[in-house]
Amino acid sequence: MANEPRIDEATGVETVGHEWDGIEELNNPLPRWWLWTFYACIAFALGYVVLYPALPGLTGATPGTLGWTSRGALAADLKAAEASKAAVRAQIAAIPVEQLAADPKLLRVAIEGGRAAFKVNCVQCHGAGAAGSKGYPNLNDDDWLWGGDIATIHQTLQHGIRYPGDDQARQSQMPAFGRDGILTPAQVQDVVSHVRVISGEDKANGSAQRGAAIFAANCAVCHGANGEGNRLVGAPRLSDAIWLYGGDRASLTETVTNAHAGVMPAWSQRLDPVTVKMLAAYVHSLGGGEAAAPVAPAEAPAQPATATK
Amino acid sequence: MALSFLERHKKIERNVTLLGALAFAAVTVGGIVEIAPLFWIDNTIEKVQGMRPFTPLETAGRDIYIREGCYVCHSQMIRPFRDETERYGHYSLAAESMYDHPFQWGSKRTGPDLARVGGKYSDEWHVQHLKDPRAVVPESIMPAYPFLAERDLKAGDMTAELRTLYQVGVPYSKDDIAKGNDDLKAQADPEAATADLKKRYPKAQARDFDGNPKRLTEMDALVAYLQVLGTLVDVNAPAAQEVLVKEKGR
Repeated sequence: MANEPRIDEATGVETVGHEWDGIEELNNPLPRWWLWTFYACIAFALGYVVLYPALPGLTGATPGTLGWTSRGALAADLKAAEASKAAVRAQIAAIPVEQLAADPKLLRVAIEGGRAAFKVNCVQCHGAGAAGSKGYPNLNDDDWLWGGDIATIHQTLQHGIRYPGDDQARQSQMPAFGRDGILTPAQVQDVVSHVRVISGEDKANGSAQRGAAIFAANCAVCHGANGEGNRLVGAPRLSDAIWLYGGDRASLTETVTNAHAGVMPAWSQRLDPVTVKMLAAYVHSLGGGEAAAPVAPAEAPAQPATATK
Repeated sequence: MALSFLERHKKIERNVTLLGALAFAAVTVGGIVEIAPLFWIDNTIEKVQGMRPFTPLETAGRDIYIREGCYVCHSQMIRPFRDETERYGHYSLAAESMYDHPFQWGSKRTGPDLARVGGKYSDEWHVQHLKDPRAVVPESIMPAYPFLAERDLKAGDMTAELRTLYQVGVPYSKDDIAKGNDDLKAQADPEAATADLKKRYPKAQARDFDGNPKRLTEMDALVAYLQVLGTLVDVNAPAAQEVLVKEKGR
């Protein structure tokens, strides 16, 4: 093994001095640009260590002379975002939700804000296009369980539906007619036949005729004599072809037998009031929004009532 | 100088034991500098209000979460960036996973972060979503786990599991450990008395989680676990905020 660097004859370059089984290594210099980049990185690192949190100590890392923290950076980021929205948010906060429509420009802002919040908080159940899925209502149509004017939507958003932990949540509970033995399985089938007739899916038949009497005695109190529904208790309208849990015979039998009671969170517990207001504006804008009722919309009664579909 | 360095280096290169010993020494120094401070610097051991060990049912749910590999696609670590906090909620604190053995921070998000998923959805949604993710989220690529609702929860002896966790530093009381198996059943049983459970485990949610009160299934456990994630520490409390803002060196 050669111990000393020597000049390689073929290339005229010095070797590093190592030799393994006759193989030697040329000691070509590193490219200049590479070397200087390397030195610049070292200089940068030294500056970084001084300016930013870096070296671990006994109770924490060195704080750095800039005082930068990731949490502080986030706080500043959020503050800047908040400041850019502050004026318009203050406006929305000041205006009652029913009067948003009177200010088209503000309404447009509220709808866009609601659209963003909807994508984060609502799409998981109501779908990206708010079209809903089985058990989760479509928000684009005119069929509302609890009411479709903006104030009612706002109320539903704030307090949720059957949400434990909010006393003002909308409450109602359809009895499990089959499971709890209120109706016999045969009677359940008759009611299902009747519901399929009033919703226009089947022609009148004997079973439906028997079901009409059972419906009047058990279901009409909430769903209305003709199945027109009742928004005070969130009882769905049965005389249309829109179904929350399915309108085929099997689904209806399931519903009458076991009942359903969908839950929506009380969003005022998770979101700030302005965001909830913006969500109400967005949902109202989707296509099914109704004009505000002339009188203030009645609150859902506290006593348990029946609901179905 | 250069020559003598090469001479000495040659010795190391030709003695595998010496090379091994010196390499170990070099790695040890690196390890001490990078890892050891985590055991005492304030950042990693900041105290928070409200953190408690998981209940037996939540622990069993966590075991299912790990068994099914949920952590492969879901993280439980919200980083302090605006885009993350606006979607998932307040950034995660180290102390929020201090009773996790092992922690479930994850390293990949094919699905969303779950660090604060607790209370965001209803139990019914979780059950429906786990049985058939596409039923509620059409664009989802998550696998379906319908069997969870059909399998009875066979968590094994929870007193033994809690004792094991106690040995690695989770502060279960003697009472907690002794009642492990009863607590497991009581939390998902709407008929059971749960005042004692809720006293020992503040903010514990006791109800039937899977929509079938008659059975204790794996679905009960997993949903109970999901519903508690991120709900224990009130990070938005003014006192908590004040401490977080003051913190330096991170």
